[in-house]
Amino acid sequence: MGELKLMKGNEAIAEAAIRAGVDAYFGYPITPQSEVIEYLMVEKPYETTGMVVLQAESEIAAINMVYGAAASGKKAMTSSSSPGISLKQEGISYMAGAELPCLIANVVRGGPGLGTIQPSQADYFQATKGGGHGDYHMIVLAPASVQEMADFVSKGFDLAFKYRTPVMILSDGLIGQMMEKVILSEHTPRWTDEEIIKLSPWATTGKPASRERNIITSLDLDPYRQEEHNIHLQKKYKEIREKEVEYEEIMCEDAEYLFVAYGSSSRIAQKAIKLGREKGIKAGLLRPITLYPFPSEAIRRLSQQVKGILSLEMSAGQMIEDIRLSVDCEMKVEHFGRMGGVIHSPAEALQALEEKIIGG
Amino acid sequence: MTEEIIIAGFGGQGVLSMGKILAYSGIMQEQEVSWMPSYGPEMRGGTANVTVILSDERISSPILTEYDTAIILNQQSLDKFEKAVKPGGLLIYDGNGISHHPERKDIRIYRVDAADEAGKLGLAKIFNMIVLGGYLKVNPVVELDNVIKGLKKSLPQRYHHMIPDNEKAIMRGMEIIYPVKGS
Amino acid sequence: MKDEISEIVNVENLVYKKTPLMTDNILSYCPGCGHGTAHRITMEVLEELGIGEKTIGVAPVGCSVLAYEFMNIDMQQAAHGRAPAVATGIKRTWPHKIVFTYQGDGDLAAIGTAETIHACNRGENFVIIFVNNGIYGMTGGQMAPTTLPGMKSSTSPYGRDVHIMGNPLKMTELIAELPGTRFVTRQAVHTPGNVRKAKRAIKKAFENQMNFKEGINFVEIVSNCNSGWKMTPVHSNEWMVENMFPFFPLGDIKVDGELVNK
Repeated sequence: MGELKLMKGNEAIAEAAIRAGVDAYFGYPITPQSEVIEYLMVEKPYETTGMVVLQAESEIAAINMVYGAAASGKKAMTSSSSPGISLKQEGISYMAGAELPCLIANVVRGGPGLGTIQPSQADYFQATKGGGHGDYHMIVLAPASVQEMADFVSKGFDLAFKYRTPVMILSDGLIGQMMEKVILSEHTPRWTDEEIIKLSPWATTGKPASRERNIITSLDLDPYRQEEHNIHLQKKYKEIREKEVEYEEIMCEDAEYLFVAYGSSSRIAQKAIKLGREKGIKAGLLRPITLYPFPSEAIRRLSQQVKGILSLEMSAGQMIEDIRLSVDCEMKVEHFGRMGGVIHSPAEALQALEEKIIGG
Repeated sequence: MTEEIIIAGFGGQGVLSMGKILAYSGIMQEQEVSWMPSYGPEMRGGTANVTVILSDERISSPILTEYDTAIILNQQSLDKFEKAVKPGGLLIYDGNGISHHPERKDIRIYRVDAADEAGKLGLAKIFNMIVLGGYLKVNPVVELDNVIKGLKKSLPQRYHHMIPDNEKAIMRGMEIIYPVKGS
Repeated sequence: MKDEISEIVNVENLVYKKTPLMTDNILSYCPGCGHGTAHRITMEVLEELGIGEKTIGVAPVGCSVLAYEFMNIDMQQAAHGRAPAVATGIKRTWPHKIVFTYQGDGDLAAIGTAETIHACNRGENFVIIFVNNGIYGMTGGQMAPTTLPGMKSSTSPYGRDVHIMGNPLKMTELIAELPGTRFVTRQAVHTPGNVRKAKRAIKKAFENQMNFKEGINFVEIVSNCNSGWKMTPVHSNEWMVENMFPFFPLGDIKVDGELVNK
């Protein structure tokens, strides 16, 4: 068993990155995720594992530094919060187009605009539907605990390199700022140069006489070849949808009503379920762990069993669209959620279930 | 067992670190713990609070609207959180600077004048440990041994020489806390 | 006849050979454009220094966006203006590789100003080759940050009015002031003599990268854009000498980390 520590979610991401053998972190401070880079600067992994840590001049520069390192086969990551993630969208789109693996942690805060620094889940659309320009998706992981913040770093890199695609950890200010106990994994050494060349033969590592030059680009001015490339990307996303869906079912065995909630809202939903069961309301929770790919099959299956579904998100209702698509609009699906950085209470969530689903 | 606690006061009173030590103490006795602070610029000089949950089970929501225990260190926090204590729950407050004292009859109210005591002992920096001691006297959710272990885990090495003072402060808090009559 | 040719195609008689670090792809640049020459001398320098196998190039958006079609080395195409950040990511994680960016004026001096200045100011250890032709060539001749006062472009059709459109930016002088730059020079490739000088400057820039751990080596090449300027190639070079060089004077601006006194 690894080392047990009490940590903030943001710190857990940073520590897990060092332990996962990440090669580089490039970031720019923004509340509520600045602890990621602060922690790394204190730990100085460049003196121990050789991991590069650099504070860039902007979020745009940071994601492009990730681009450069990733295109050369390195495990590179960045983190930010909503307004900063908006700035990174150009780079993320380029990385999706050029098929580069990387990890982006988004500790979401309330918007739109400068919004607030308090937690929110209003960037679901941006994360799961593309975010930048062009037909692409990222794999999106939604941690609901500090432990998962740590675990999803190496998981995220595994998926990123398996599919050559950017992966996002979509959390929020609550999971980022909260401390919980976390069991840290053992140190994985960083890849050697030889391992990188073997694992990522596509990477720009310097062209030896023995191979053709490697080119990393998202550009192809020929529309027919660009279409071929798009077809290839779509095949990859299809494979991801078939193979990588992850979710957790909590108290669903006897559930008559279903919450669907991810991340911090899933924690609140669990308390609401407990309060509900004290009153005789049999509710359960489906917690998507991957938001892209979305657990549509599981929701469809549970919709055969329950009388109604409440989507609980700290937003005006974004994930609800995917839930409704999952059940082909054949079941009552409603949304409840506070906005702008307000966190809904378990009591409010239960009340919404009673009013919108049970009584509605 | 699940204990849901809010600790609230001014930024700089050691609210967050008290919560952290409590959370670490919980870990030392193999409990599940969560520590969720109010965060952001409003903390600097303004009010700060932290929700700490200790439990034998997996913890659901780290954010709550009612608590088993409220530990209150200023008037604003008292005004805000007195009503958030569950019926039958516990409210502990420091009387320093309080003009409107708690009034509820359906909860247990204790007072620990830790700020005054810390001044007398010359331990102003660890005033929060006096408060913690008072709380542990009334509700021994964690054992003292585990608090000391928790301190060792949460304090950087360079502050470890202060652990005996911390322990002294906790013991003093246990002595000076008293129930408010009529509650 | 055959014997005569084989006599001429004799290794001893070889006076010039295309570097293998240029591909056989036909250059997509307009006839008369300086990019082809700038590409060639850069690749020749890599060949002469024997570093082609350990070099990674970055070409962002602009006429040179397709540089990877012509440079026979590992290349990355970067987003508009972001090449210095991309190169930072490569060089920081592969410190023993050789890294360069090849950027135009719109890229380096407008949309990528922040990335350029900060990479230079951090003292990143790579080479920046900056081709300045005073116009946006790829997108069809719009005004660039280096378009001269009074100069016509499709977005300054009556000439650049500096009171409305602002002044041209001398990025090279600007970054020479930063402590993180080691070698800053301005060259041209319109005459054989200038080509030789420019190549020597590029060679020095790469040698510096090999010999030192820190410091940007920055080579501006003032070039023509006969299409964008709507001139013949010969006329565009004459116009460049008469108009561009007085505003963007050629020569070394900073050598071995010291500003050159003029």
